[in-house]
Amino acid sequence: MAARGFDDVVLAAPVTVPYVRFSTRGAHWFLGRAVAQLVAAAKIPKQRIDGLAVASFTLAPDTAVGLTQHLGLTLRWLDHVPMGGASGIVSIRRAARAVQNGDAEIVACVGGDTNHTDSFRRNTASFSQFAQDAVYPYGSGGPNTSFALLTAYYMRAHGATREDFGKLCVAQRDNALKNPLALFKKPLTLADYLNARLVADPLRLFDCVMPCAGAEGFLVMRRGMAEQLGLPFARLLGAVERHNAFPDDPIQDRGGWSLDRDALYAQAGVGPDDIDFLETYDDYPVINVLQFEGLGFCPAGGGADFIRAYTFEVAGSFPFNTSGGQLSVGQAGAAGGHLGIVEAIRQLTGQTLGARVPNARHGLVSGFGIINYDRGICSGAAVLAAT
Amino acid sequence: MSQVAKRPKRKNPVERTRQPTLPPPTRSRVALGLTAAAARGRLQLQVCVDCGTVQYPPREVCRACLSQRLVWRRQDGAGELISETTLHAAQELYFRERLPWRIGNVRLDSEVNVMAYVHDAVGAPPCRVRIEAALDRAGQAALIAMPQTGRPALLDDPKLREMTCDPRARKILVSDGKSAVGQAIVRALAAAGADLIWIGVAEPWKQAAGFDGLRELPQAKVVALDVTDSHSVRELAGEIGGKVDIVVNTNDCHRAFSLAARRGVETAQLEMDINYFGLLRLAQEFAPALKARAADGTTNAIAWVNVLSIFALANYPPHGTYSASKAAAFSLSQNLRAELRPAGVRVINLFPGPVDDEWDQLEMPPKLSPATLAAALVDALKGGVEDVYPGDVAQDWVARNLENPKALERELGETLR
Amino acid sequence: MKAAKKKSTRKKSTAKAKVRAPARRERANLSDMLISGGAHLVDLTQTLSPDFPTIVLPPEFGQCRPFRMEEVSRYDERGPGWYWNNVSFGEHSGTHFDAPIHWISGRDLPNNSVDTLPLAHFIAPACVIDCSAQAKADSDFLLTAAHVKQWEQRHGRIPVGAWVLMRTDWSKRKDPVTYQNLDDTGQHTPGPDPDCVRFLANERDVLGFGTETIGTDAGQAAHFTPPYPCHYYMHGAGKYGLQCLCNLDLLPATGAFIVAAPLKILQGSGSPLRAFAIVPAK
Repeated sequence: MAARGFDDVVLAAPVTVPYVRFSTRGAHWFLGRAVAQLVAAAKIPKQRIDGLAVASFTLAPDTAVGLTQHLGLTLRWLDHVPMGGASGIVSIRRAARAVQNGDAEIVACVGGDTNHTDSFRRNTASFSQFAQDAVYPYGSGGPNTSFALLTAYYMRAHGATREDFGKLCVAQRDNALKNPLALFKKPLTLADYLNARLVADPLRLFDCVMPCAGAEGFLVMRRGMAEQLGLPFARLLGAVERHNAFPDDPIQDRGGWSLDRDALYAQAGVGPDDIDFLETYDDYPVINVLQFEGLGFCPAGGGADFIRAYTFEVAGSFPFNTSGGQLSVGQAGAAGGHLGIVEAIRQLTGQTLGARVPNARHGLVSGFGIINYDRGICSGAAVLAAT
Repeated sequence: MSQVAKRPKRKNPVERTRQPTLPPPTRSRVALGLTAAAARGRLQLQVCVDCGTVQYPPREVCRACLSQRLVWRRQDGAGELISETTLHAAQELYFRERLPWRIGNVRLDSEVNVMAYVHDAVGAPPCRVRIEAALDRAGQAALIAMPQTGRPALLDDPKLREMTCDPRARKILVSDGKSAVGQAIVRALAAAGADLIWIGVAEPWKQAAGFDGLRELPQAKVVALDVTDSHSVRELAGEIGGKVDIVVNTNDCHRAFSLAARRGVETAQLEMDINYFGLLRLAQEFAPALKARAADGTTNAIAWVNVLSIFALANYPPHGTYSASKAAAFSLSQNLRAELRPAGVRVINLFPGPVDDEWDQLEMPPKLSPATLAAALVDALKGGVEDVYPGDVAQDWVARNLENPKALERELGETLR
Repeated sequence: MKAAKKKSTRKKSTAKAKVRAPARRERANLSDMLISGGAHLVDLTQTLSPDFPTIVLPPEFGQCRPFRMEEVSRYDERGPGWYWNNVSFGEHSGTHFDAPIHWISGRDLPNNSVDTLPLAHFIAPACVIDCSAQAKADSDFLLTAAHVKQWEQRHGRIPVGAWVLMRTDWSKRKDPVTYQNLDDTGQHTPGPDPDCVRFLANERDVLGFGTETIGTDAGQAAHFTPPYPCHYYMHGAGKYGLQCLCNLDLLPATGAFIVAAPLKILQGSGSPLRAFAIVPAK
């Protein structure tokens, strides 16, 4: 049975709490700033927010519940979405159903984290039981290890080269240079990329996201509410999520998108050819390629040819990660799962911080997260449209 | 066949001694099943009793049928290396100090994926490998991909060598070198390339057959050590404590009496004084020095070995008070292990069955020769284990004890006729 | 044995404790004699230390526990202002006294344990028989009744109630290995032969027999008839033993008094003790 559509659910008020490499603040500060920016952007008193979806790795010992008292929010709908890079997409799906069904009118979706000098190590060490027992003890490379193994396998199995991945990274950096909030300010050449220091063979420095602190947020509401508040908005045409897809694959070279893309496009009423720009979850370039394939932009295993056939700058033949993506903006923990959504809303509402994709009507945002053991086990995607 | 390590350069004595770091020691409770097997040098994974599915990482419920009946079973570890990476960056100090690390993803034939260290002798993926389990320096299980054919040692890989306690080039104290077992251990350690072996001798006026031959070993140095005498232990620790890399506690007082066969407590006290308090005295004096030198270069303080007895696991009534003293020593060795683990110094316990010596004269064969026991000790040092049950009797007892400790107790009770 | 060597040098300095000071009393007493040089003291005691050997028996027998010392506190968290030890030892460790009850032959005698011995026996004259040359030549040297009679010809008859001390200079063997002198035929140390013991006990009615070796009997005495005759006959006759003595070379053949008072241990068969001699000036 096909899932019900999202009717007139819209996304508005894209906000970013500027990223910093390290912060002395707690996660509550970044999430609090995000909610404050949402209230300011929507020009509403905070009491109007009656729903909240929160994603954060560094909020412990609190969850979303503790945040309500911390921020003085009285809510009738609350969700905590611990799904990392897929959290933004999942929050959209949860929030959309809430506003569709009248459980909430205005849902704030926020994702963010702080980054102290030792936070990343501590989060990695205890990321999951499987990671603690069976991954972290082997060199404590964190996600670098897992993605190095996936990348090495993908390159061997499907003929992709470092130049292919480099082309994506260089394009993203070009996009980031126009985004004032991106942490990376220097141009990246393919030579820089290829010759950077080794991190985990075949991954080098610019294959790996840089952990930082920051937050992203947006509001989910019905179209009528957005119009009443005078807010520019993007329409939600479709959204899917999948957890622990293909558990029997010996190694991950596809994600849940392969299972769900047909449903997604059917729900959205558009196809890959209608998509004007793509925002992927890009902690490592190989995952971009799995999203190109899984979302139907190229056949499985055809990622390398696809990269060679297109250009990925905002003005290119396949506008991609138009704000620079996490690889050139920074990975502010769970904010990374919201970065592409916030950028897509900006593109579709004409509020871009950097370059704008001309005449963009449809944007596809994809999420991927939680390297629980040997692979990312959450995937999701959403199709957004301009009014 | 191990690569011949060159004799390390002597340390500049005014240099700071590095402090030990460890691989991440934290494991979930269920994952400690892997460690329990690795401690004996075995690879065991959980298998579902109901559907036979093999599980990894360790978990509480079957990934296939949701059965809660998962049991640890020995695995052959055969599989394929499907991907590998060499880490040049790491978050933990232990790995940072030792970069790069070769890590691989192995698909076992039992259809589970394991992340593992990859031995130097393994080729590039895809290739067949065999997964083994060993203890890392934190004392937790680590999986290692070895070549499918040939049996290269951990020692042959410069990184994995650190999981061992190779006696080569090390300075070793054998606390009692007079017993047949002590003599065999000294000889085996010398043959394994020990740099210096201090041979402890108590009551020097008592001759021991064969002992004088040890003096001819170039590495041997006879020292006065009586583990029943705190002063003697303290004096020796003061003299050599700062140099010892491995302590091998061979002190053993074995008197073959049941509690009813010997009036009074004097004999039992002597057994306790040597077997239990002897370990306590050695540990109090030498353990702090080992901890302080646990990261002192490539010939660092690295291990403590206790020659216990399979009678430590369950009382053997014909040697009842001896069994009790060895059980006490076993218990204390666990305390010592907890003290030394944070420094990465491994405590290895050997639980031999009857040894072909004077006090096991009346035991029926099979009996372990001292040389076989010594070889098991050296193997343990060269590998990544901490619990060793050398010989057929020990293997039999430990299996019976795991299966049904009460049944073993009753059966051993029958031996007292 | 480094420690023992150190101790032995210190011992020498105190062995002949002669304190000279003006004494004006008319009536001589012991303290005046000591102060005036009319007598001096000789320590006959080996230091009780864990290194000091104990008697070697086959391991299936019960064993004499060697002297051991465990620190209770040393101005530390176990006792901030004080230092003390717990010590443990067998009754027959270090320089020690054997009471008649020690041997089966003396088990039924009255007052045969160290707690019931007559106080008067704790000070007694000593006859020192110098066997050092013979012992040097032959570790298994045996003192015979004939030797004793020869000694009596030079020094007079051994008085009733005297200690007979067999000087062998064995206590000068500071290395416990040569002190024990064991080989694969057992121990080789000098001692009395059975006849000699019977002679001393029955015909001279001595207080006891003392040696520098680890036993009053010779190292090979297990082979004698009866085994360990010095223990068997002496204790059977209510006589005592002293062993592991030292400094016998500082004593005259006659004239010295031995102070040897064992610890008052209930039903004790013997005890380590501080034995010393009062040696009057000639």
